[in-house]
Amino acid sequence: MTCLEKSEETSPYLLRVSSQEASFWKTVKPLLGHLDMELTERCNNNCIHCGINLPAGDSAAKQRELSTATIKSILTEAASLGCFSVRFTGGEPLLREDFEEIYLHARKTGLKVILFTNATLVTPALAELFSRIFPLEDIEISVYGIKKTSYEAVTRAPGSFEAAWRGIHLLLEKKVPFVVKSALLPPNRGEVEDFETWASTVPWMDDFPSYSVFFELHGRRDEKRNQMIRSLRPEPNAGVQFLARRKKKYLNEMEAFCSKFIGPPGDRLFACGAGVGGACVDAYGMAQLCMDLRHPQTVYDLKKGSLNEAVTQFFPQVREVKPENPDYVARCARCFLKGLCEQCPAKAWAEHGTLDTPVDYYCEIAHTEARVLGLLRKDERAWEVSDWKERLRNLSHREYGIKSKRRSSWT
Amino acid sequence: MDVKGMLDAVYAPSEDIVARSIEGELIIVPLVSGIGDLEDELYSLNETGKAIWDRLDGKKTLKDVADELSAEFEAPAGEIEKDLIGLLEELVRRKILVAVG
Repeated sequence: MTCLEKSEETSPYLLRVSSQEASFWKTVKPLLGHLDMELTERCNNNCIHCGINLPAGDSAAKQRELSTATIKSILTEAASLGCFSVRFTGGEPLLREDFEEIYLHARKTGLKVILFTNATLVTPALAELFSRIFPLEDIEISVYGIKKTSYEAVTRAPGSFEAAWRGIHLLLEKKVPFVVKSALLPPNRGEVEDFETWASTVPWMDDFPSYSVFFELHGRRDEKRNQMIRSLRPEPNAGVQFLARRKKKYLNEMEAFCSKFIGPPGDRLFACGAGVGGACVDAYGMAQLCMDLRHPQTVYDLKKGSLNEAVTQFFPQVREVKPENPDYVARCARCFLKGLCEQCPAKAWAEHGTLDTPVDYYCEIAHTEARVLGLLRKDERAWEVSDWKERLRNLSHREYGIKSKRRSSWT
Repeated sequence: MDVKGMLDAVYAPSEDIVARSIEGELIIVPLVSGIGDLEDELYSLNETGKAIWDRLDGKKTLKDVADELSAEFEAPAGEIEKDLIGLLEELVRRKILVAVG
């Protein structure tokens, strides 16, 4: 720079950017862009499908949780590594009595905050705080039913329906931006239309709400919980039909997704972006590549080391791990649906206790979606397909993604 | 405030924002609502803006800042003052900067 640039009416030196598209550092990426913090595994709901929650009053869990000071120190270190946003999740993060202090610390450190909550514990004071000091990202509220009967059949917590709606209305009154999402479960399956009609009245909803459909098993591999979760999972075909119920939207989104993200991973076990530019910290101070990956050999104890060490030394080592399971090598490593398929080390861990065992449920879902998209023919297995690149090209050239001969899939 | 008044004034970053340096880039993160036109708006300053911002330490007058920039960038003092005031007006209007004392 040799000379100041010429000024205009509005200063040309100040750049305004929406935080939704904040990518000032497109060319220079910070060591850590995003942090997920599970503030607690405890929750005041007891949702039938949940893969993590412990009872709200679990004193042993509460005792093990990170102290306020430790959480603040992790947030400060994250910011020093260039972190720009933190997601507070749980369990129910608002169960922590020090939530306000943690939230304020995050914001005063210059972090945007994404809060995952059931909204039942939103108080007038908290809504006021959020309205005065915005999180800078929409709060994400899980709504399990539009009626008390359906909602509480999911949460198994009497009074939770009224509490959630009270919290939602407090945020609405204070104009605190939030979006809603749900989980497709037997008690609320008949209410999707009503839920979406209501969701469309939420001022910050610019799309249909998202749903959890194919539930993940318990992150700590609790077999009792897993039996319940398995019983709630939809058949792959039914689940995919639900996801694809708005066919043009679904096909357009999937076309964009597939052209970018699918292809055989080869001998890489970590074909996803887990642990690259982001980190997760569980309620007890273990740094993880992703929030679901809790295999003991893939977590780093922040009580014995720093977040910097986790991100720069430990995570890259974990990502170097190669698959050994012959079934994985023969199938998943060669499968072009990788990306579309949710098979990953975290899912393999939750399902089988290893990092590289194929998860048949996700395999079936991916094959079902691929058939709906016209990427696979009936009875084909994706790891045996050699002309997958051509099939992908055909997908992206289709108008609305439907070939006439496959139209019957949609009826 | 007129131009002369502005040049004699001292400015500092407001307590309603957090200024962060990420990989050499200055990012201004609003802490309270009402700074940006949208509730999720962030700000960045380009190199020139950053050269100005770095000198707004709550001690130097704007005139001092203009003199330093003039010496460093070999630009006409009048042009620098005009640019400085343009940026300052916007930052003050958005409560990113406040006058000190």
